Amino acid sequence: MNPYLPREAEIVGRTEESSNTFSLHLRLTDGRPYDFAPGQFNMLYLFGAGEVPISVVADAPDSGVLTHTIRALGRVTNALQALQVGDRIGLRGPYGRGWPMHEAHGRDVLIVTGGLGCAPSVSIIHHILGHREDYGHVHILQGVKHTDDLIWRAQYDAWGSLPNVQVLLAADVAEPGWHGHVGLVTTLFEQLDLQPERSIAMLCGPEVMMRAAAEGLHARGLAAGSIYLSMERNMQCAVGHCGHCQFGGSFVCRDGPVFAWPEVRALLGVRGF
Amino acid sequence: MDKSRFLPRQAFQVLIDALSDAGFCVVGPIAKDGAIQYLELHDAHQLPHGRTDEQAPGHYRVTEMDSPRCFAWATGPQALKPYLFGAHEALWNARRDAQGALHFETVQAEPKALAVIGARACDLAALALQDRHFIDAVRDPYYAARRTDLFIVAVHCAYPADTCFCASTGDGPHATSGFDLALSELDQGYLLEVGSSRGADIAQRLPLQDASDAQLRQAEDEVNEAARRQYRRLPSRDLRDALFGALAHPRWEAVAARCLACGNCTSVCPTCFCHAEHDAPQLGGESSQHVREWDSCFSEGHSYLHGFLVRGETRQRYRQWLTHKLGSWHEQYGRSGCVGCGRCITWCPVGIDITEEASTIAGGGTGGGA
Repeated sequence: MNPYLPREAEIVGRTEESSNTFSLHLRLTDGRPYDFAPGQFNMLYLFGAGEVPISVVADAPDSGVLTHTIRALGRVTNALQALQVGDRIGLRGPYGRGWPMHEAHGRDVLIVTGGLGCAPSVSIIHHILGHREDYGHVHILQGVKHTDDLIWRAQYDAWGSLPNVQVLLAADVAEPGWHGHVGLVTTLFEQLDLQPERSIAMLCGPEVMMRAAAEGLHARGLAAGSIYLSMERNMQCAVGHCGHCQFGGSFVCRDGPVFAWPEVRALLGVRGF
Repeated sequence: MDKSRFLPRQAFQVLIDALSDAGFCVVGPIAKDGAIQYLELHDAHQLPHGRTDEQAPGHYRVTEMDSPRCFAWATGPQALKPYLFGAHEALWNARRDAQGALHFETVQAEPKALAVIGARACDLAALALQDRHFIDAVRDPYYAARRTDLFIVAVHCAYPADTCFCASTGDGPHATSGFDLALSELDQGYLLEVGSSRGADIAQRLPLQDASDAQLRQAEDEVNEAARRQYRRLPSRDLRDALFGALAHPRWEAVAARCLACGNCTSVCPTCFCHAEHDAPQLGGESSQHVREWDSCFSEGHSYLHGFLVRGETRQRYRQWLTHKLGSWHEQYGRSGCVGCGRCITWCPVGIDITEEASTIAGGGTGGGA
C-alpha cells in the first residue's frame, strides 16, 4: 500500500466563483469507495505539475461528487483553473483530522470564517443540515476584505432563511449598496445571541483573524477547549513525512488541520512558525 | 561485553565474505575524495587503515596516523541516512494516454539487502529515530523496503572528534542496541558481540577465538575514555520549554548574522527528514515522474504558503531548526532529535556550534567552543 499514490478523478463540473476562485467537481474513476469527514483535505495532482492540498466538500450525500474550491495563487492552482469538464487529474486522500462534529452534538455551533476560509467550513454546514436534529442553533459569521471577495451569496441567503440558522456577513471594504456589516468579522460578535456554555466554535481563515476571533469568543465566555480552528501550512506529502507543515511539534497535515485552540494557542500568530 | 569473542585482524575479510555470501551488498567505510564514506566494500584492504579524521567547527580532514587500525576515526560526512531515505528518489509515475486518462504506477524500491560495517552508536540512534518517523506512524514503503533487510555491524567509537558530544545526549560512544553485530577494535583485531539471531548466524562462520580479560578491559577502557574526552555537551534536560520560552532571545539575531542558510547542517544531520516533492515531466509529454528530494528548513521555499513565506528570514529558519531539533522533537518522538554526532558543527561553512547556541539560548550545559 503506497500512501503517496494518487487515484484518477474526472472533472464532472466546474464553477467560476470569482475572478480568481473556482470550484472543481470531481468523481473518482476507479469505482473504489471514498469517505471523508468534514474538515479533511485531499491532495489534488495536476499531470506534469504537482500536487496541492485542498479541502473537500461533498456536493450531496452519496452523490460521489467531491467539490474542491480553489483560489488560483500558485503554479499548480493557476494551471488547475484552466482545466475543463472531462479533464482528468489525480486525487489522494482524505487526510488529516477534521472538525469535531461529534463533540458538537447537542450544542449551538458558531462558524466564524474569513476570506476563502469559508470553503473548508462549508462541509460543517452541509453536515449539520444533513443531521439537523443533532445540533442546536447555527451561527455563520463570514468576513471578507472586500465585498468583491464574497462568494456564495445565494448560498448564504438560503442558509440564513432556515430556522435556527443565523448568517452574519461583514466586509472591511464594502461596495455601494452593501447591506451587510462593515468591519472585521470579530465585530459581528456584538450581534450574536451567544450562549457560551452550550456553544462550540469552529474558525477558519487567516491566522490573525482566527486568533482575534478565539480571544474574542473566549472573552465572551466560551471555554478555550470549545474553540476549534483549521490551520494551513505548506503540505507536500500529507502523511506527516515531508516536514513542511510543522507547527511547533504538530504536523498540520496529520495532527490537524483542525486543532483545538489550546493545542496551538502558544504559537498562533507568532511570526516564523 | 563478557560474551565478546576475538576476531583476528587478518580474518576481517572472512566477515565481509560471510555477509556477501549471505546475500548482502556490503557497505563499509572507505576514504575517498578526502572523506570517510560508507561505500560498497569487497576487500578489507579498502578500509581506511591508519587513517583518522580531524574535525573542528567548519573543518574536516582525513589524516594519516601510525596505527594498524581501520576504525580510528569518528564520523564521515554522512551516517546511514542516504542508504534508507534517498537524497533523490522517484516515488511514482503518471502516464497520460491518448484519451487523456491518467494511470499511476509506483516506482518500486530496489530490494537490495544491505549490510553496513562501521555504524557508530550515534548513527544507530539516528536510525532508530528515522524508523519512528518513516515507519511507525505511517509506513513509507520506500524506506521500509530497505530497512527490513538492513544488517548492521556497529563499531564502538574510540576516537571521538573534537566536534562530538554523543556522551551528553546519551547516544554513544558505546553502541548498546540496534545492531546485529558490534565490534570493538584493538590493534591486533576485534572483539565481536552478537546483537541478533541474524548476527549469530554470521558469527558462526567466523574464526572466532576466546577473548582475554586484558582485551576486554582495554576495549572497555577505550570507549570510556572516548566519552571522557568529549568536552562539548548539550544540556541533557528536555529543552522544549526553555527554547520556546526564548523565542525573542537576541541570540537568534546574532546567529542569523553568521548563518548562510545553506542547509549543510540539515544535509549531514542523520535525523533531519524534510523532503520536497516535485514532478519531472518526460520530454515526450505522455508521462511524468513524481520525485522527492531532501529539503531543508533553511531553504526559502520550505515554508511557502500560497504567496508568502512563513519563514522569510534566516533568523526564523535557524530558530525553526533548533526549536524543532532540540524542542518539539520531544513532543513528536519522545526525545531530542539530536544524537550528538557533531556533523552540523563540522560541516557548517562558518562553524556554528549547536551546543553553544543551545546553551546560550536555553541556558544550562557548558556549550562548546575552545
